[in-house]
Amino acid sequence: MGMTITEKILAKAAGKDTVKAGDLVDANIDVVMCHDVTTPPAITMLAEKGIEKVFDPEKIVVTPDHFQPAKDIKSAELHKRLDTWAKKHKIKYYYKIGKAGVCHALLPEQGHIRPGEVIVGGDSHTCTYGAFAAFSTGIGSTDTAAAIATGQLWFKVPASMKFVLNGSLGHGVYSKDVILAVIARIGTDGALYRAMEFVGPALSEMSMEARMTITNMAIEAGAKSGIIGFDDITKQYLDEHLKDKKDYTVFKSDSDAEYITTEEFDCSKLEPMVALPHLPSGGVPVGECAGMEMDQSYIGSCTNGRIEDLRIAAKILEGKQVAIRTLIVAATPEIWKRSKDEGLFDIFYDAGCVISAPTCGACLGGFMGILASGEKCISTTNRNFVGRMGDPKSEVYLASPATAAASAITGKITDPRNYL
Amino acid sequence: MSKAHVYKRDHINTDEIIPARYLNTDNEKELAAHCMEDLDNDFVKKVQPDDCIVAGDDFGCGSSREHAVWALRGAGVKTVIAKTFARIFYRNAINNGFYLIESDDALGKIKDGDELDIDFKSGLIKNTTSGIDITFNPLPDFALDIINDGGLLEHITKKG
Repeated sequence: MGMTITEKILAKAAGKDTVKAGDLVDANIDVVMCHDVTTPPAITMLAEKGIEKVFDPEKIVVTPDHFQPAKDIKSAELHKRLDTWAKKHKIKYYYKIGKAGVCHALLPEQGHIRPGEVIVGGDSHTCTYGAFAAFSTGIGSTDTAAAIATGQLWFKVPASMKFVLNGSLGHGVYSKDVILAVIARIGTDGALYRAMEFVGPALSEMSMEARMTITNMAIEAGAKSGIIGFDDITKQYLDEHLKDKKDYTVFKSDSDAEYITTEEFDCSKLEPMVALPHLPSGGVPVGECAGMEMDQSYIGSCTNGRIEDLRIAAKILEGKQVAIRTLIVAATPEIWKRSKDEGLFDIFYDAGCVISAPTCGACLGGFMGILASGEKCISTTNRNFVGRMGDPKSEVYLASPATAAASAITGKITDPRNYL
Repeated sequence: MSKAHVYKRDHINTDEIIPARYLNTDNEKELAAHCMEDLDNDFVKKVQPDDCIVAGDDFGCGSSREHAVWALRGAGVKTVIAKTFARIFYRNAINNGFYLIESDDALGKIKDGDELDIDFKSGLIKNTTSGIDITFNPLPDFALDIINDGGLLEHITKKG
């Protein structure tokens, strides 16, 4: 029996020739991602245990993002703890404010993600990096502490589910619509403990940014990881972004690898999708909810705050006026600068949008765009749980940047194809 | 003896267990004061030390915030009994030495307010209110090893 790409990566990381789904392995970690909410507790745990070392200051990447710039005194204290620790241990890749950005947009952009590697991070959307043919998964603070100190973590090798993306995406339909359709079909625990492996011709028409939107939301189906194989598009992105360490190993799934299920999607038949409250699995074609009045449109986050997302939004908003509060949150400083240089900020400003500093901010109900009781937000983010972006009686509708931009113009959920 | 707080819900997520607006602290007592706030505003008033939560599928889905485990533990919750658990929450619980029980039957056989006597090692819940016994598969050995050592960091310190 052959192995999946996920099994091959974990076998290498565990120093074994083969592993199979269900095996428990101690894997060597290539990159540990650290941010301002989950790493300060990890630092404190290590200090309390008298563990003062880090396994490798060049394999830990630190960026404050959730509450940055600090939203209040308590979050400023979290940043201070992170800063003191990162400096003390001479963490090589420490992105301070000014360079800091939403972690899952920042790490690939700054060249920290390589195929064949094992990446963990104290954030559930760490599964994003699987777009680069890597194994990556979200962990909590204790695992982050253990990874920081030892460079190893135990894993149960996940069984894989195959998602075949056939056809070509239609006009006004994007990778966000694909992943919302996938989760709508299998449910928020449809891939619990599994690796979601995405294959198929539709991927060859997607950029790395678009692919990251898909793997980013694997956790919303309960998955341990999401993964996409290596191709020329991956290579080109890596050629442009990898800096210090440019070598990597490319694994691919064997033709006789075992999958517990295979799901086929005809992407050419997909409509723009909107996930209704209060689960990411609530996706319906936009036509089923068009016309519903919104109070806010939010375009940003680790799911859809990259330059391509902002270009799509700008194309729709150019020369128009927004009817509701509209927030534009470039996910990293580089994306912010490119947006400015390309004139996107002028378009957003003229349309009446607010342009924010890079932050996770309101995506998780932190700050910078919180919803009041009864308010509704169309959002390019990843979760629409009760209270996710503010008051427990507010509602979040998940959609693509195109749908969020079109809805901003009308103040109602709107099919973006009307504006393209 | 544990009193059961039953939520006939699937997908109780970490945003409901501890909303992100409180994640500017990792102090267990402060987190505990807001435990389950967006799901049941009265939870922290009702819960007593050693009580347990009973729920449906996919408990703890969403964010990787370990604060969810700390908020539950800080509020006095001894264990969560659910049909299934989301994986990061499951891992975080074990890493903190916090027991979880997976049971298909519990939700149907335990009512809100029932008193439970739980034996984690043998895998038995005695519902002393109804007189019904519920068996469950104890956590796997590797997880029990971590819990018995007091959590993951204690476990790896012990291993050297």
